[in-house]
Amino acid sequence: MTAPLSFDVHRPRALTEALDLLDEYGATARVIAGGTDLLPKLRNGRLSPEHLVSLGRVGELDGIEETGDGALVIGAATRLFDVQRHPLVRKRLPALHHACSVMATVQIRNMGTVAGNLANGSPCADTSAPLLVYGATLEVARRDGHREIPVGAFHKGPGSVDLASGELIVAIRVPPVPAGSGSAYQRISARSRVDMAAAGVAGLVTLDGDGRVAEARIGLSAVSPTPTRCPEAESLLTGQVPDAPLLERAAREAAEEAKPIDDVRATAAYRRHVVFVMANRVLTTCVARASAGAGGGTP
Amino acid sequence: MRGKASEPGGQKTLPVAKRVLELTVNGDRYEVAVEPWTSLAQVLRDELRLTGTKVGCNEGDCGACTVLVDGRSVSSCLYLAVEAEGRDVTTIEGLAETPDTLHPLQEAFIEHGGLQCGFCTGGMLMSSAFLLSHTPEPDEGEIRRGLSGNLCRCTGYNKIVESVDAAAKRLAADEGGTA
Repeated sequence: MTAPLSFDVHRPRALTEALDLLDEYGATARVIAGGTDLLPKLRNGRLSPEHLVSLGRVGELDGIEETGDGALVIGAATRLFDVQRHPLVRKRLPALHHACSVMATVQIRNMGTVAGNLANGSPCADTSAPLLVYGATLEVARRDGHREIPVGAFHKGPGSVDLASGELIVAIRVPPVPAGSGSAYQRISARSRVDMAAAGVAGLVTLDGDGRVAEARIGLSAVSPTPTRCPEAESLLTGQVPDAPLLERAAREAAEEAKPIDDVRATAAYRRHVVFVMANRVLTTCVARASAGAGGGTP
Repeated sequence: MRGKASEPGGQKTLPVAKRVLELTVNGDRYEVAVEPWTSLAQVLRDELRLTGTKVGCNEGDCGACTVLVDGRSVSSCLYLAVEAEGRDVTTIEGLAETPDTLHPLQEAFIEHGGLQCGFCTGGMLMSSAFLLSHTPEPDEGEIRRGLSGNLCRCTGYNKIVESVDAAAKRLAADEGGTA
């Protein structure tokens, strides 16, 4: 399964330099951040670029910053382990924190990045469902321009993303979570914590002053061709008092909205069932966290 | 580029030269000439003859190739050697302070039967060292999660967990004694 390898590796020290290289080499270049998804694809011949442009020395892309409006901007070269341990991620984005804590191995999390997890294009990317419910956007740059892509529009199909040659994900921008919200993520895999997820469910529930659901967001990964939201289940919850029977109904609806397939990691029927189970638990946790937050903030 | 598979035995038209890297491994500086696609694990084993780093799966699943780069545990089979330039690499050969002594983790693995065939042990120790570097007093769950990227087919893991627990307690006691 080992393909003959031949590529050059470029290690720019600045973002502008990286964009120049990507512009110059165009479709013959790939970006390497952690390399944990890329190297196996190079070795098995699924990709054969002539140039790799490394983000390893582009210090300006490494780190998490809070902007004036309270958004968190995760640089493209920030390691998953650093995202997991960041105090503001822990506090405000527990679904993303959990995804970054349980995916892959410690070693992979010390190498891989959120941007790489998304750019790899897998429908089972663990960070995708949390970022969907947080309404994150990808900041994408090229030599002569810049654009933003909502994370929900980035995946085009299995292995396919909205990224042209010459373009680079610079950062993931996560807007501030509304007051009175709770969020959570759960995933399941055959070999706990290490295997790719067979199904992932993220949720975010915002409660109004009367304890009703002002807004609900549910994100699924690994159970459809791209990570996806569940509009029907979300609208079931909106405006309602989130008691246990309602959350269960919404979870069933989310499972109906999934489009799972049979593959090596699980059967479609199993996936649909665990989406129900996990969505029910995730929504329950979201409501509990939202209630706790609101309780703490009310005089 | 997508989906363009290499032809069997086919040669790329682009010649890529070896390049000379300056690596710092266990505090020693080396100059090695490597092809850009060479993994850190290959350089450590084949060029520097530091064969304590093992290669099991060569795809980042088994953890036998775990080394520290700037103090972080990484899978050296998935880590390009060129990316290690300018960074500090620590292998199992450099875990102890001197060549003639053992690290408290190594002593604990011997004392508590944390190894049998030994193939996973170097990687286990490097992952354990990384765990203790950020969580000096881990509970059992933290130890198991910290080592979840390292496979062992001999011990059943319990003795490994006991070893790391014992080493952590000893290190904490030493720290307390000298602080």
